[in-house]
Amino acid sequence: MIDKRFKIANKIFKSRLIVGTGKYKSFSECAKAIKTSGADIVTVAVRRVNISNKNKARLMDYIDPKKITYLPNTAGCFTAEDAIRTLRLAREIGGWKLVKLEVLGDKRNLFPEMIETLRSTELLTKEGFKVMVYCNDDPLMAKRLENAGAVAIMPLAAPIGSGLGIQNKVNIKIIRKQTKLPLIIDAGIGQASDASIAMELGCDGVLINTAIAKAKNPSQMAEAMKLAVISGRKSYLSGRINPNLFGSASTTNKGII
Amino acid sequence: MKIKNKIKITVNGKQMQIIPKFTLKSLITKLKMPLNKIAIEINKKIIDKNRISKIRLKKGDKIEIVHFIGGG
Repeated sequence: MIDKRFKIANKIFKSRLIVGTGKYKSFSECAKAIKTSGADIVTVAVRRVNISNKNKARLMDYIDPKKITYLPNTAGCFTAEDAIRTLRLAREIGGWKLVKLEVLGDKRNLFPEMIETLRSTELLTKEGFKVMVYCNDDPLMAKRLENAGAVAIMPLAAPIGSGLGIQNKVNIKIIRKQTKLPLIIDAGIGQASDASIAMELGCDGVLINTAIAKAKNPSQMAEAMKLAVISGRKSYLSGRINPNLFGSASTTNKGII
Repeated sequence: MKIKNKIKITVNGKQMQIIPKFTLKSLITKLKMPLNKIAIEINKKIIDKNRISKIRLKKGDKIEIVHFIGGG
């Protein structure tokens, strides 16, 4: 079966793996992992420039935004106003319109504050942003985000950075059934098999940061994630067998001696 | 010549003193900021980077200069 292209807001991307750029030991380690991941979208955050150390290395010096799509996020934002301010600044840096909205409601569990997230999606869409939305795995909220103009639905698998894997496969499947928008698992992936499971559930992509950045060998884990995403996607498209409670012999009894 | 009447502004949360009528462009040059990698806000209003030579900083201005860092 030939796969359809991975398209977000009418732009085609080669890789279904999106990689975060936070938590790496160094920019060079981050750049190396991104390369082996094969990702063509990376998430980035907006923060104050260090004015007292002007020679400090910059992310843009290591990861060329002309070669790889920067996806500015709203990490650390707790209200729609914070998120809009952050993304307007991101747009001013270099004209980015494709953005990742992430409005959190709790500093400990880092769950998304969905009322503010929905409000932000509406406001940002009206302002011309193409909004990929980090959200909980509630199908009703996913529908409301879609109606508000989101260009991608990005439910969590588990809390951000937890590495717990997909906790509620049923909800992800239900969201998959109801939306034609790109569905991307955004948080909670811990290992390569989690990424494969996400793809086998029918997701269009996976966004991974901590599981790669904090692995003992980030570059190798990035490659593992790349292969897992490809593998899971192929498995999904190939049409799995029906699970059976009892065995079904692989070898015929015909001609048995 | 000693310059009198220096004015106070805040840049990324830090107080700075500048001479009156100092432009935003002069500030960015002084701080050696690469214009194509930053965005600037004055008193929470985003500044069009093409206009920075026309903007004169005023007493009490709160300037934010941001860039991209690693994030998830």
